[in-house]
Amino acid sequence: MSAAHQIEPGAIVEGGEAPGRGAGGPASTRVYVGYGFWIFILSDMVMFSAFFAAYAVLAGATAGGPGGRQLFDLTGVAWETACLLLSSFACGLAGIAAASRSALWFNLAMALTFVLGAAFLGLELKEFAGLAAGGDGPQRSAFLSAFFTLVGCHGVHITAGLLWLLTMMAQVMAKGFRADIQRRILCFTLFWHALDIVWVAIFTVVYLLGKAP
Amino acid sequence: MSDIHDARGTEGDLAPGEERLDGSGVAQGVRGYLIGLVLAGGLTAASFYLCFSGLIYGPAIPAALIALAVAQMGVHLVFFLHLTTGPDNTNNALALAFGVLIVTLVIGGSLWIMANLNHNMLPMARVMEMQR
Repeated sequence: MSAAHQIEPGAIVEGGEAPGRGAGGPASTRVYVGYGFWIFILSDMVMFSAFFAAYAVLAGATAGGPGGRQLFDLTGVAWETACLLLSSFACGLAGIAAASRSALWFNLAMALTFVLGAAFLGLELKEFAGLAAGGDGPQRSAFLSAFFTLVGCHGVHITAGLLWLLTMMAQVMAKGFRADIQRRILCFTLFWHALDIVWVAIFTVVYLLGKAP
Repeated sequence: MSDIHDARGTEGDLAPGEERLDGSGVAQGVRGYLIGLVLAGGLTAASFYLCFSGLIYGPAIPAALIALAVAQMGVHLVFFLHLTTGPDNTNNALALAFGVLIVTLVIGGSLWIMANLNHNMLPMARVMEMQR
């Protein structure tokens, strides 16, 4: 790697590890796989931004029905937030465990990530079921349609993430910390952290602003 | 510390979500996540508290909450996604900047246009009258 200082950008190095930024050939697989997934995450954020825009525009369109102030329970939201933040933290630890190739710590951290993520999902489904049982389902008003679409879309992402998490645990058990498995773990941790960032926007814009005096 | 951390070397680009660790890799990595957890938790608690404490002027609450949320997203990006402004993160940071631009245009533009439409539209009662 020390030879990288002498390599001109764009120069091809035979058999050497490419240092990136054009020098010594294309970047390593790990860098461009991660970068490609980063682009996907950003496009996912753009999709979420459309749902956020729809929600912000329709937040007042309650069609004579209840608004956020009557419907939202912030205690449940605080618990959901805590679960997802700790889950994101545990996911970061799993990434470190994968980097140091410790199967035990990886499995423990991933199991913790799963339990906290599943707890989040359970709380969210409980809230949705409660709203629907009170007659305040997505068909009640434009406000509730936008609410269920936005928060439900995040919930669907979490569900997919939980399935992906189990897949990664199984792959590590079956195949070990191979380079391709490590890349998938990198993408999964990116995905999980990104979902926590979306949740920060949701609890602020939907719940706190909806409930604020 | 580990094979992949070593293999990455000290030159070139970093994959998004990765950080360059020197020396005590695991301890250093866990420390970064702990700092991020404490900061994010603090900002979350501040958001929930400010909302109802009456500590700040009522009409300023939305601006305060949004500022806290943006700060927390920054904490997540720095401590969980390890995004830096260093040369090894140029591509990642530029992609993020473009994403933020599009998100701002979509949300800000929608609110702006819809507020104008609402402002220029007939009141709902009049619309109902005309449809009769």
